[in-house]
Amino acid sequence: MSVRNALLALLEQGPRYGYQLRAEFEDRTGGTWPLNVGQVYTTLSRLERDGLVEGRGTDGDGHVVYAVTTAGRDEVAAWFSSPVARTQPPREELAIKLALAVSVPGVEVGTVIQQQRTATMAALQDYTRLKRRATGSDPHELAWGLVLDSLVFTAEAEIRWLDHCEARLRRAAVERAVEPPPEPSSEPSPELVETTPTDVRRTR
Amino acid sequence: MTAVLRLERVTRVHGSGATEVTALHEVGFAAYAGELVAVMGPSGSGKSTLLTLAGGLDTPTSGVVRVEGTDLAALGQKGRAAMRRTSVGYVFQDFNLIPALTAVENVALPRELDGAGSRSARKDALAALEEVGIADLARRFPDEMSGGQQQRIAIARAIVGERRLILADEPTGALDSETGEDILRLIRSRCDAGAAGVLVTHEARHAAWADRVVFLRDGVVVDESGADGADVLLERSR
Repeated sequence: MSVRNALLALLEQGPRYGYQLRAEFEDRTGGTWPLNVGQVYTTLSRLERDGLVEGRGTDGDGHVVYAVTTAGRDEVAAWFSSPVARTQPPREELAIKLALAVSVPGVEVGTVIQQQRTATMAALQDYTRLKRRATGSDPHELAWGLVLDSLVFTAEAEIRWLDHCEARLRRAAVERAVEPPPEPSSEPSPELVETTPTDVRRTR
Repeated sequence: MTAVLRLERVTRVHGSGATEVTALHEVGFAAYAGELVAVMGPSGSGKSTLLTLAGGLDTPTSGVVRVEGTDLAALGQKGRAAMRRTSVGYVFQDFNLIPALTAVENVALPRELDGAGSRSARKDALAALEEVGIADLARRFPDEMSGGQQQRIAIARAIVGERRLILADEPTGALDSETGEDILRLIRSRCDAGAAGVLVTHEARHAAWADRVVFLRDGVVVDESGADGADVLLERSR
């Protein structure tokens, strides 16, 4: 959906052909989400089918040129004036991994967290290095800078979440050590007793 | 290459007996010229202790802290104070500017305390203010400036007189994200120009400006991320 809207928005600036659209998309997003040209043409033919763009024949070099229609302009305006919908959270491997790490006995959760934190920090350092170079204020460089910032904030959020997980696990470990286990007065489930957690270990 | 800052098996214990707390335990750490190293960890991990030891504001229970090869313990109280005025620049979260002095006077102060004539101290201070981009605010008082401007003054004070070690304790803590980034760019460019920098922070986004990020937990270095210089590798294999 976002590629479709992005191409329409680019076409609002004037008629373009597929390769141009791909180049302009990648220029603004720093090649973070590479498009193949086949995808661009498939999207264009769907947009044409839906009456949002129209073919304008070929240019001197034989490229098929597309232009946005009035309906297409309305679509772009609607895209910019509405928030991106929050759909069901995509499957997040890291969250799934940690959820299992804390609940499967014998996993060093602290190590899992630290490994991830180091890897994410290395990515964050890479993004920041790119940012140090992208300091211009012309719209294209600004566009790429904002995409980079998005990657930076996402990586930062992941690290903050990892810090938070670590703090919670430590507190839980301390509480378990302080509180005596509850009296098994009322029908203890045998499986529960068996899996009394011994799985949270500290990184030291 | 010698490290500008080196901690060798440094331990710092506060209190004794039942209330004894080990803030740092046998920590090895180095910062080389031209390098910015970030130290990350939750509160209580020992990151601020590491910085105060590096700046000679505190002394280790055991182990050695060296600045440009000199053992700080061997310097004595007076020697350490002199070192703080000439070799080490400190940047704090709450700026620590003297409200009754103008920007240029704040920056010139460490030079004057070190015995530089007031004219030459002022000249150095103006050059430092120029470097951090606020030479035009030289005559203003701290309360006439924004937080970002005050932190620039503090950075100018930390770099005045060609100091080679910059220690920054949460320098962006009180600033909005864009102003904070400008401050990091300044510290970064000073390191690119040859100083060694140590940045203590709990914010990953800020630590990411460093060449290396060291993770502290309970007074122990648990991990490190970033480009490994050859020296770091050598040190590890020792």
